[in-house]
Amino acid sequence: MFGWLIGRRGRHGFDLTDWMAFGFLGLGVFLMLGPVLWLVLSSFKTEAALQEYPPKFLPLAPIERMVEGFDQPLQMFTVTAGEHAGRELAQVRRIGLNAQMVDPANPSERLNVAISDREPLREFGIATENYTDVFSRFNFMLYFWNSTFITVVATILTVLFNSMAAFALAKYKFTGRNAVFVLIIATLMIPPTITLVPLFLVISEMGMVNSHWGVIWPAIATPTGVFLLRQYMLTIPDDLLDAARMDNASEWKVYWKIVLPLSAPALAVLVIFSVMWRWNEFLWPLIVLNRSEVFTLQLALNSFQGELQTSWSNLLAMTVLTLLPITIVFAFLQKYITQGIAQSGVK
Amino acid sequence: MAGLSLKGIVKEYGAVRVIHGVDLEIADGEFCVFVGPSGCGKSTLLRMIAGLEDITGGDLLIGGDRVNDQRASERGLAMVFQTYALYPHMSVRANLAFGLENIRMPRAEIDARVAEAARMLQLEPYLDRKPKALSGGQRQRVAIGRAVVREPKVFLFDEPLSNLDAELRVTMRGEIAALHRRIGNTMIYVTHDQVEAMTMADRIVVLRDGRIEQQGAPIELYNRPANKFVAGFIGSPRMNFIACEVVEADGQGARLRDPSGRELVAHVDGRGLNPGNKVDLGVRPEHLHPVAEGEPGIAATVENVEQLGGESYLYCRGPDGVEVTVHMSGQTALGRGAPVVLGVQPDLCHVFRQDGVAQPRLRLGEAVG
Repeated sequence: MFGWLIGRRGRHGFDLTDWMAFGFLGLGVFLMLGPVLWLVLSSFKTEAALQEYPPKFLPLAPIERMVEGFDQPLQMFTVTAGEHAGRELAQVRRIGLNAQMVDPANPSERLNVAISDREPLREFGIATENYTDVFSRFNFMLYFWNSTFITVVATILTVLFNSMAAFALAKYKFTGRNAVFVLIIATLMIPPTITLVPLFLVISEMGMVNSHWGVIWPAIATPTGVFLLRQYMLTIPDDLLDAARMDNASEWKVYWKIVLPLSAPALAVLVIFSVMWRWNEFLWPLIVLNRSEVFTLQLALNSFQGELQTSWSNLLAMTVLTLLPITIVFAFLQKYITQGIAQSGVK
Repeated sequence: MAGLSLKGIVKEYGAVRVIHGVDLEIADGEFCVFVGPSGCGKSTLLRMIAGLEDITGGDLLIGGDRVNDQRASERGLAMVFQTYALYPHMSVRANLAFGLENIRMPRAEIDARVAEAARMLQLEPYLDRKPKALSGGQRQRVAIGRAVVREPKVFLFDEPLSNLDAELRVTMRGEIAALHRRIGNTMIYVTHDQVEAMTMADRIVVLRDGRIEQQGAPIELYNRPANKFVAGFIGSPRMNFIACEVVEADGQGARLRDPSGRELVAHVDGRGLNPGNKVDLGVRPEHLHPVAEGEPGIAATVENVEQLGGESYLYCRGPDGVEVTVHMSGQTALGRGAPVVLGVQPDLCHVFRQDGVAQPRLRLGEAVG
């Protein structure tokens, strides 16, 4: 079952190409997955563990314990040298190169230990409160719903509008067809930042600032989508459409019942693209949405980063949650990406 | 059911005229075959009748009504495509029902019609399959079934058998002919295969370069081709043509001299021909047979022999280097390189003037009985 994972070219042991292939792919895996893995592990670290330097890979949190007579939990250390070597003590405060410590069993007696003689006690601790906090302290579900609404509605409209345009450009002969197509493709060369201001003025005039529709409408006409679908639809034989016309199908029915179902692989690709674009979009929502109750997840993440202090543990947890839906969508539809792209290029 | 009438039908793509004013009457219930070489405009003509191509000029009447401006769906026709054009994402049942659903027929009647068509075309075991799970012949039957369920006024077939293998083609040919006998609708069938045309048609329309060259019953076209093109197109293997010179000609026949100097007599109306005129003598392969030296005929050398047991083909090099094919029943002792005299019966000869037009034949040797 895992033959593909350990398959190699050399018949007896690894030969040079095997080493190179495994090395290259391993490097790729490290570069691609490393940061994601780091993010996921970090999202389970406590705030204290996150602040630690040098950072640790695994979520090993310094142990803190409540000691009688102190309001705050105290960090636990094990003493490695000197008078109290071998004991586990709680640190009360640090004074220069010395630390004032107490034995939790005997909190009234203060002990002095050189800081080089002690080692913090750690335990493997998963800080699930990072995640629960996201739901209890921040309004995660509201942002999640905002993002979902924008993504789903924009994707449905994108698929609908782009496929209609692609159908017309692929299957109808009219004067100026190529000119229209070239115009649509040409817009690929205009960076979105150039249209940002005029677009905002339009949206603002239409009263769609701070409305989800202000994010949705400008996004639904994508040249990439039209191009992708048109190229795919060119491969649908005209005879099929003619047959449907002979079968009393209206042009709308030809589109809805014949062309759309047959374009499914290309549509799946566009769905994935559109979901990724809308879900991860940052700049345009940042401009259109100013009130926190209409924020998307990306905007909410950004607003976590305060001017003075940032709650990194919650930010990381929320980032992981934000990545999840898109990962799931991708996992289910990824086989269509290669299929759809491969088929839309060549007949 | 209805007859069709084409009056001066013209098709132009920009400045290019591909159909040059076709006039044609197709009677109710007739099986009419459009035949011609590739690019002769037969498919375009069919698509214009179907409503899939605009008609540039002229009138198209179906059942007496002018339908030029009606859309394909309004004309009440059904078409079977060369590529079958089955909807790949629908089951056979859905393929058959699609056209009926579009006219909002009640569900019960759709089911009844689909069941009836499936029974007639022996598709019942396959109703829930997708087209890609069917063989070529089954797909073709589904395509025909899709036309049948709609009970159209006219069936249109666009080279429906050209994607099938030879054996299946013969079977399906029979099935389509049987279908026509059973339901008796008007059918228009386009093909480039003259065997299909000969075997199925009530009437053949031979097209070339967007013009009708000749139309008529298959055997009439075989016996009395109006010109050299039709003579060469109808009949297999194709007719042999030998360039000759007129020695003398009158209303009772014509005497011709072939390039090797032999004289032959053709029973054609020779009026209009003058001694010294260049003509083409046309003889079908099945009307040539080896005769003894000295009898009237064409001198030739055998270049290749195909023995099929029951019949034989001789490929000969005739006078002036022209290729002559001979089709004879039975077997032959002639071998490669043998000189041979090919006898010609005067009443089986065709004579074509330089412009290709045939001289009328006086007697039809084939029409015995």
